[in-house]
Amino acid sequence: MKTEKEVGIKGYAGYVPKYRITPKEIGDVWGKDGEAMGKGLRIEQKSVPAPDEDVVTISTQAAKWAIQRAGIKGNDLDAIYVGSESHPYAVKPTATIVAASLAASPHMTAADYEFACKAGTAAFQTCMGMVSSGMIKNGMAIGADTSQGAPSDALEYSAGAGGAAYVIGSEDLLATIERTCSFTTDTPDFWRREGEKYPQHGGRFTGKPAYFKHVTTCTEKLLEETGKEPEDYDYAVFHQPNGKFPMKAAKKMGFSKEQIEPGLLVPKIGNTYSGAVPLGLAATLDQAEPGDNILVTSYGSGAGADSFDIKVTENIEKIEEQDVPKIEDVTTGEEYISYAVYAKYRDKIHGGG
Amino acid sequence: MAIPRFWREIRQRYKGIGSTCNACGKMYFPPRDICPECRRESFHNMEEQELEGRGEIVTYTKVHEPHPEFKDLSPYIMTIVEMEEGVRLTGHIVDVDFEDVERGMEVEASMRKLGEESEEGLIYYGYKFWPIDTHRPE
Amino acid sequence: MQCMLNIEIRSMEVDDLRDVAIIGIGETQIGELWDKSLRELGIEAGLKALKDAGMRGDEVEKMYIGNMSAGKLINQEHIAPLIADYAGLSEVPSTRIESGGASGGMALAEGYKSVASGMDDFVVVGGAEKMTDVGEQEAKDILSSTADQEWETVFGATFDSLYAMMARYHMDEYGTTKDQLAEVAVKNHENAAKNPNAQYPRETSKDFVKSAPMVSDPLGMFDCAPISDGAAAVALCPVEKAESFQTEPVEIASIGQGGDNLAVHERDDIGTMEATKRASEKAYKREDIGPKDIDFAEVHDNYTITEIMAIEDLGFFDKGEGGPATEKGKTKLNSDISINTSGGLKAKGRPVGATGINQAVEATLQLREEAGDRQVENAEYGLIHNIGGTGASAIVHILRRWS
Repeated sequence: MKTEKEVGIKGYAGYVPKYRITPKEIGDVWGKDGEAMGKGLRIEQKSVPAPDEDVVTISTQAAKWAIQRAGIKGNDLDAIYVGSESHPYAVKPTATIVAASLAASPHMTAADYEFACKAGTAAFQTCMGMVSSGMIKNGMAIGADTSQGAPSDALEYSAGAGGAAYVIGSEDLLATIERTCSFTTDTPDFWRREGEKYPQHGGRFTGKPAYFKHVTTCTEKLLEETGKEPEDYDYAVFHQPNGKFPMKAAKKMGFSKEQIEPGLLVPKIGNTYSGAVPLGLAATLDQAEPGDNILVTSYGSGAGADSFDIKVTENIEKIEEQDVPKIEDVTTGEEYISYAVYAKYRDKIHGGG
Repeated sequence: MAIPRFWREIRQRYKGIGSTCNACGKMYFPPRDICPECRRESFHNMEEQELEGRGEIVTYTKVHEPHPEFKDLSPYIMTIVEMEEGVRLTGHIVDVDFEDVERGMEVEASMRKLGEESEEGLIYYGYKFWPIDTHRPE
Repeated sequence: MQCMLNIEIRSMEVDDLRDVAIIGIGETQIGELWDKSLRELGIEAGLKALKDAGMRGDEVEKMYIGNMSAGKLINQEHIAPLIADYAGLSEVPSTRIESGGASGGMALAEGYKSVASGMDDFVVVGGAEKMTDVGEQEAKDILSSTADQEWETVFGATFDSLYAMMARYHMDEYGTTKDQLAEVAVKNHENAAKNPNAQYPRETSKDFVKSAPMVSDPLGMFDCAPISDGAAAVALCPVEKAESFQTEPVEIASIGQGGDNLAVHERDDIGTMEATKRASEKAYKREDIGPKDIDFAEVHDNYTITEIMAIEDLGFFDKGEGGPATEKGKTKLNSDISINTSGGLKAKGRPVGATGINQAVEATLQLREEAGDRQVENAEYGLIHNIGGTGASAIVHILRRWS
């Protein structure tokens, strides 16, 4: 899919909560070798939100910095879409709260998206289409999550928190989005039923028929449409439920470790779900140079993948002078917490309120 | 807090919208309809102004016995912050060690959950503070 | 922020108003009074005051009741007629007065005005609070409701934390120490040990106060006044009619009320209570005396820091000298100035809306020389000081020995 008019990224920023817990700390509670599990998943630690953080607060902080980077005001935004699978409300949009926090509302449109881990990139595509068609001038796409794994479940070792916000427009772009394509099937690898606190998953079924099939098919489709080879890209960002999957997928498709490493945040912050690819892309843009090509493929369980062909413009150089934190700034200065504090923060203590 | 009572002040709590007296230029937060300095001259002469979100700590405390609504955060740190615009606000300072907090510390506002009506009820969001260098390494 | 209005404080001419005397006092035990209801407490204090005044009851023309939060604490509004009714005075006009922790003091001011103005001759002013019918946490939350609900408490401020921030500011600005704060508690317990009506009639030590669990840094549990039940009442009449009731009437010589911003953060100097300064300056001026003329004072010590701020803002000590003065024992019984001879809110107890009347009862006892082991020697003037919330309202009365 290619847009009629040139569209791209005008501003971006990410936010990750400060607290971290290690797989060892989690494993010790459940009588498992957490350290070994962490090594297997290539996760050294995962981010944990404070009790007063959720998808709204993560989104608003990232959004505030993103418009600052774009050099626009909140009311310059005509649309805000927030993709997440952990919206604080089942009914009542996160996007309206984010819009109010930026003073973007009321003359604009807003909605929440859900498509497991690719809800954020679905928001990208919506904004691209709306900007390209001339319906809106600037749109904001956010991917953020504070997902949880059930206590002792394998997901508990990886489910982190964080998100990133992007201003999509057609002028003063930091990077152009040359092309996007998607791949969508009905593949029940991971889900959470209405009213349930923790998601369920299909174990090893989440791998080959789900993540790998969708990520590789979609990426290869994009390569076919662009006529490019993996080596034509300076960087690649793949969805990262753990550190192992994206490495394996990249290798299979012919991408190198060097291409994906700048955007591979999962070992330090865990799987941030809808925030994972937006954060990985943000970290990549933080160090990109004019003319760089970036390939991005997200994955959302249930299942689908979105790929993007991105080209960095010379405007990227101006981010160095801006007083907007880079991803490195928001992912360092961590504070490690015990499982007890983690249980308190994540509302795992019954009667704890 | 009743829903309309919170909703009415969302712009102040999310965006720090205060008011400035056109007669003397002094800013107030929360917004006031009358400037206590100018009184008559300020009637219908107060203009909306948004706080930039930066300030410094005037005083602070570590709360060990919170209101039940805040017990998950306990112990937490409360501060009174003087904003660059001259107004003062009461709020939490987050993501910081109490030992590092001191008068004069520069802070920045960020939106967080203030609380909730109940587990099923409305969630209240609003400003809190963190040290200005939290996400800006030297 | 400060009010810049330049209105000259009007000094009432003596001729304008009648002199008012306290002819009867009464108070209940203060504490966790599980077997007593609010109405029983109010009646007990009121009847004691009438008895002390030698009144039958049918002389009473008006009643004022200071009460902070019966609506929240026992879900009963409209308590003034309730208490009047059960005191057998249902026909007497009665009104509840609310101004947070200063409710009692403000009720006394209303009673004073009622008599001084010539509108009524015999007025009973009570103060009553029943705090233990709710849990301790709920009682503390209700105390917090005197702070700004929309710009302080919703952001996580508790009543304790607002005073703790004043304490921290006072420490940073004026060098006050935790030892000095603790000395306030030690002294007030020492006085309470001599007061049979006190909730905590026992002495304590500085180390014990300092070792208490932290409530809101730098304030520990023993820097805070307790949650209490209790009531107190005084009977007032014009001085010229006082002697037929009371051989030792005490005169309400002066009165002053002050105000300040509701939210602590709005105040320029968080370590000063301007409302206290404003109230006391007016009261001194009306009687044409100064702080040096005061022999003893019952000051609002809901926290140890509040007493230190009060003795400075009332003018007894220079700003910043309240802590050192306390540490040097200058506020102990029969020293430079005897502060909180009753034990104060800290140790005598804090039935919030009654505290102002409890203070009037103590000051009257002192001026009548009926204070027993805690008697202040040769006292002529006693000052009582009651504040609302975190200091947005303050009321000062100066009582004088009738000679």
